[in-house]
This record gives sequence, structure tokens and C-alpha cells, in this order.
Amino acid sequence: MGLLQVLGPVMVGPSSSHTLGAMRIARFARKFSSSLPSEVVFLLHGSFAKTADGHGTKKALLAGILDLDYDDERIVESYELARRLGLKFSFESVDLRDVHPNTVRIRFLSDEWHEIEGCSIGGGSIKITRVDEVECELGWNYDTLIILNKDEPGALMKILSCIEANIANLYLRRINMLQQLAVAILELDESRYDAEKLGKLDVVLKHYFVPKDRLLGVSGA
Amino acid sequence: MTFSELLEMSRKADQPFHEIVLVAQMLEDGSDPSETRSKIRLLLHTMLDIAESNYAKRQKTLVGLCGENAYLFSKHTPKFIDQFMHVAMTAALSVSEANSAMKRIVACPTAGSCGVMHGVVYALAEVLNVEEERLVEGLIVAGVIGDIVARMASISGAQAGCQAEIGTAAAMASGMMVYVLTQDAEKSSHAAAICLKSLMGLVCDPIGGFVEVPCVKRNATAVAVAVAAAEMALAGIKSVVPFDEVVEAMAKVGKSLPEELRETGLGGIAATKTALKLLERFFSGGGVDENKRGDNAER
Repeated sequence: MGLLQVLGPVMVGPSSSHTLGAMRIARFARKFSSSLPSEVVFLLHGSFAKTADGHGTKKALLAGILDLDYDDERIVESYELARRLGLKFSFESVDLRDVHPNTVRIRFLSDEWHEIEGCSIGGGSIKITRVDEVECELGWNYDTLIILNKDEPGALMKILSCIEANIANLYLRRINMLQQLAVAILELDESRYDAEKLGKLDVVLKHYFVPKDRLLGVSGA
Repeated sequence: MTFSELLEMSRKADQPFHEIVLVAQMLEDGSDPSETRSKIRLLLHTMLDIAESNYAKRQKTLVGLCGENAYLFSKHTPKFIDQFMHVAMTAALSVSEANSAMKRIVACPTAGSCGVMHGVVYALAEVLNVEEERLVEGLIVAGVIGDIVARMASISGAQAGCQAEIGTAAAMASGMMVYVLTQDAEKSSHAAAICLKSLMGLVCDPIGGFVEVPCVKRNATAVAVAVAAAEMALAGIKSVVPFDEVVEAMAKVGKSLPEELRETGLGGIAATKTALKLLERFFSGGGVDENKRGDNAER
């Protein structure tokens, strides 16, 4: 850890794993969506399903989708806020089998239906374990670029030509051979990339940018 | 780096201990010491504001097992403790109950143990009128005490029990108390060691796994342990076993704790008849406030 991690972060209680961590996973989904989704379904697994009420986990998840700050006391009213904004939401308990006990899968409708899965691994740290069909392991310590691209030779080279920042981690996965689709996930040291050029590439079908998360007392907002 | 290594560096460089801590942090992650200091100052102000705005207030907590403790304690005229302890314990109860009510807190070192540090920091400022820069320096020392525990052992109740959460919080608080009055880091380390030894073996056994019972009251009693350890260190009493070794011992004790006693809600206080009865009532929706109804409204 470090001084600021131990002395902070500033958050809303009662639990860093069941409240803050849950909210961070949902906020990753919201940043991915870039605007408020029209509908969201939360699938809660394990300890998240069992102890959600006493930890305010559902309120925190919804607050993450609403893009509230982690120390915003309106988190406790997130149900009312969501209704006022016309967001359709629901919660289900599920058994996702062999995953971390604090796991949630979030389905949301923005440009189309997406699915983010993540787990809260303690102290507010999280791992995003799935982005749509792609399994991954993102700690959200970086700016993250997610690209749906054509699965063809040279596609990755073309994408990389738009990235100026240093790449910390890179995932590339074929998701549908017949439709020739692949997803690339890039964790970047900085947000330096040419979004316009990237969007115009013939191999890029869609791209989403999730900026690095900032907590007071962790990365120090 | 261990506490004794940092002490040695401070002596050799003839620099105040808290400055050495900031430099050590810079060497590790490249952070600018003056920037770290100003972020810590911001955390200090946040903690003081939170303690002030929740002080002695009644809270509507998520499960409803607490919420009146801070109010009751603040109305009570103490018979055995002085004003410092009364204010610190009241603030500890206040912020712990605020945490259980989904209010804003500083997770120092964790959300469930945040009452201890808020309480002591608030009393240092309000009762002893310690000036701001001394408090910032004290927080730096508290931070390094917690950081050493986090690296060498754990500050997670799920991993090492309550000794790792509230035990660490109390060690940080007692070290800070001694440092703001003396600027003597060695004395601070004795306070932290005595404190951690006194809370060693403490299990994490919250009812239902929820951060209410016994967490809230333990935050306040841990303030008393921290104050006692700080007074002893100020009197010149030394911990026979140095802080770094106490932390190692705590890590081993944490590993030997069974899973039932590590935040699972299965052992200790969580497994008592009364606890099980209360839980049954909570999960059946009775005796619980609108928070619960709100959470289930969309099912």
C-alpha cells in the first residue's frame, strides 16, 4: 500500500469491499457506457447476493451507474434518483459458480446491450473480469480503451498506430470467427491516442474509452 | 521499510521522522513529498469536518442494530475518564455509526475501523488545540504505522481478524497522539506496539457480517486502549518487543484464526442466540426501517 491508501480513501460507508468496491464496478460500466444507460440489470453472486441489504450494496451499485462520486451522501437515495431520471433497474441473485464471492454481473442498455462482470477483492480494490464476451483482469488502475474490431490480418497494427501512450496491458480475443469479430482491450499509462483516426479505421467497428478511476486518498484526485 | 529502519534513517540524516517517511514514499512511487503532505492535510480537514458534523447525532443505520450510542454517550457525564477521552470516544461512536448509516467517512485505515482515528484526531484538535501542522505530521506517522502493518501483516478483518482492523487503527492513533506532543518517533513506536499487543487476537465477528455489532462499540473502546498506550509511552514505558516484531506476531496470529472468526459472520458474537434471532428478524423484513424496504422495492 502507501500512506494515502492507508489514510484514505474518502467514501460512503459501511464497507470498502461491499459498498465502495461494488460501486466502482458499476461506475466502470457507466464510464464504458459514457452516458446514462436506459436500463440496467444487476446479477449478484455469493456474498454480494447474501449480504447486500445490510451493506447498502444495491444502492452503491445503482449509484455507480448514476456516476455519483464515491463520497456523495446521495448514494443512500440512489433508488429515488434513478427513478427520477427514468432509469429502469432490477436486481437478481444468481449463482455464477466458480468466481470470487463478491462478484456482480451488470447488463445495461446504452448503444446496445452490454455486460460487465467484476469482483470486489477487498479494501475497495476491484477486478473487472469480463467485458462483453471477453474475459480479462482489469484493476482499473489505468486509462482503458476497449475496441470491437474486425478479425483480420494487420488489424492490431492499424489500431496500435493510433496509440501514442505506453501500453501497460493488452488483451486481444477473437469473439466470432464467422462474423470475423475480435475485441482488443488496452490499458494505457496516459490517455494519449488519436480517437478520430481510430474511429475512421476500417477495422474498427466500435471503441469505448474508460478513464482511470480517481479516489481521494488513493490515486489522489 | 520497517519502522526501525526508518528510525535509523531519521537519526543518521538528522531529519524529523515524518519528513523521512515522506521521502521514503517518494523513493517508492515517485510522489512529490509536498504534494503528499497537502493531500494528507486535505484528508485531515475531511476527517475533522466529518467528526464535527456527525458529533453526538442519532443515525438511522442500514440494519438498525445501532445508531443511538453516540447520542447517549455524549449526554453522559463521565465518572472515570477526562474530557479528552470523552470527546474522542463520542466522536469515534459518532463516525462509526455514521459509517453504518452510509454517510461519508474517511476509511482510515478501513471503513469499519474509521471511528478510532476520527475520534482521536478530533479530540487532539478540539480538546488539546493541537495546531494543524502538528496534526498533519501526526497523520503521516499514523499512516506509516498502518502501512507497515498492511505490508507485513494485513489491515483486513477477512484476512487477519479485528486485530488487523481496529487493532491497527488504535496503534495508528496512539502513535499519532505521542508524536504530536513529543515529535519522538521512538516513543510513538512504543505506544503503537503496546496498543497492538493489547488488542492482539481480537476476532472479527460481526452479526450477519454487517458493520454494526460489535464494530461500533469496539471503535470507542479501542480509543481507550490507544489513550492508555499513549500515556504509558509518554511516561517512558517501553515495549519490550519492538513494533516491527509485534506486527510479525500479529500476522501469525491472524493466519491461525479460523475462518469463522474472520468477517464471515459465523463465529464469536455473530453466532450467539441473540445474534441469530436479530438476523432472522432482519431477513424476514420485520423490525427494520425503510432502507430495507427500499432495497427490495424493485424485486
